[in-house]
Amino acid sequence: MVQALKYLTETPSQTAGPYVHIGLIPHQAGFDIFDKNFTNVLVGPDTAGERIRIEGHVFDGAGMPLKDALVEIWQANAAGRYNHPADRQEKLLDKAFRGWGRTGADFETGLFWFDTVKPGSVIGRRGHRFMAPHVSFWIVARGINIGLSTRMYFSDEEAANRADPVLNLIEPDTRRRTLIAQRAMRGSAVVYTFDVYLQGERETVFFDV
Amino acid sequence: MLESVGIPNRQPEQILGETGAQRSGGSVESSGARRVSGLASVVDWESEFFQRDRSIHPPALTPEYKTSVLRSPRQPLLSLQNSLSEVTGPLFGHSELGPLDNDLILNYAKDGQAIGERIIVHGQVMDEGGRPVPNVLVEFWQANAGGRYRHKNDRYIAPIDPNFGGCGRTITNEDGEYWFRTIKPGPYPFRNNVNSWRPAHIHFSVFGTGFVQRLITQMYFEGDPLLVKDVMFQMIPDRDAAKRLVAPIDFNATVPLDTLAYRFDIVLRGRRSTLFENKLHGN
Repeated sequence: MVQALKYLTETPSQTAGPYVHIGLIPHQAGFDIFDKNFTNVLVGPDTAGERIRIEGHVFDGAGMPLKDALVEIWQANAAGRYNHPADRQEKLLDKAFRGWGRTGADFETGLFWFDTVKPGSVIGRRGHRFMAPHVSFWIVARGINIGLSTRMYFSDEEAANRADPVLNLIEPDTRRRTLIAQRAMRGSAVVYTFDVYLQGERETVFFDV
Repeated sequence: MLESVGIPNRQPEQILGETGAQRSGGSVESSGARRVSGLASVVDWESEFFQRDRSIHPPALTPEYKTSVLRSPRQPLLSLQNSLSEVTGPLFGHSELGPLDNDLILNYAKDGQAIGERIIVHGQVMDEGGRPVPNVLVEFWQANAGGRYRHKNDRYIAPIDPNFGGCGRTITNEDGEYWFRTIKPGPYPFRNNVNSWRPAHIHFSVFGTGFVQRLITQMYFEGDPLLVKDVMFQMIPDRDAAKRLVAPIDFNATVPLDTLAYRFDIVLRGRRSTLFENKLHGN
């Protein structure tokens, strides 16, 4: 009747489960096994840019913080360039910054945190409009059947946020605000708080990317 | 902090030549020249990804898996066209891994080898276009032969194996292939219904070349009688898709008198063709 299209189908997702730490951050599971570990510290002494801490909780529908979530982030460097060959912007590439980190929520409090730099603006689709500085988040846990994707924006980038092509896809302002982390000073350190709500009035906008 | 991958510029062959010097098993791979020609033809770094077919994945809300009820978003996902933030993602180098990272029988051995059925798990990481996905990080973790995890929150009665950590990682070779050695994990009970058991399984975490290819899944074993009762396996709405999580025994890959083998192929999201206007950049 018709020729077959020879595409494969993506492997189905399964929950990361309660023991995801063993595989991805074994130290938090309670043991050391690898010489080199992936961490929530994205910066080294040579990394360029404003040092920031990103921290927050992931809350369930009952308002309780998830204490077993695994959070990964991916971001551009301080100049607004990704450490990846698809990014051909004429911007400085920072060899001391991969732009990726992972961590587990604290088993007692549910707090997660990353030490990183504030990213610069990245060119938008087809080179048209700049996107406001942002950090991509990916969240998995027991009870999450397929990883959740969202973005974190910065409260001190009001003008850029108003022009951001992704934030502008979100019509209710209350929902748009779920993606904006609040900047504060803790001593001399810059801390952005980004709380993620899986359900409820403050449910975070998640993306089908 | 790990050493940065240190991408020098826009040329993918430079990155892969630099980071892909050897596989975690320790044997040095083929020359950089071969790598360049192989990779340039299989990876179009800038292409957008196919829309994810969510009908083959478990939905977020699956009341039969009770924990999902409070942890599933209720608002529809916002569909987002790919930008640079989606088609890029972290890349990893072979030098970041240790020589035993893909050998779970030895990588936590203290005074002997891990106890259990010795198995090799191997397969190929491909995309939906059928192309191998080389040089991507594959991580795996599992319970020991008695069904117990080395995790401070696991209190199952089965004992910890002092010589088994239960995790490993590797990076796919230029043909997208990976392999590791381990022991077959045991089934274990978990709190969902009064009497819920998980079939034997190995958790997999896979990276692609773009962050939106990120995938966590579980591999099951051919012939496991617990699969028909497993809530995780049964919640996959597409039964053909679910079957692809069940690894067949691969007798040709066994080591005679030593180790059995299972094959588990993994498919990541594919990239759109660039026949016409699918480039992300303006020109």
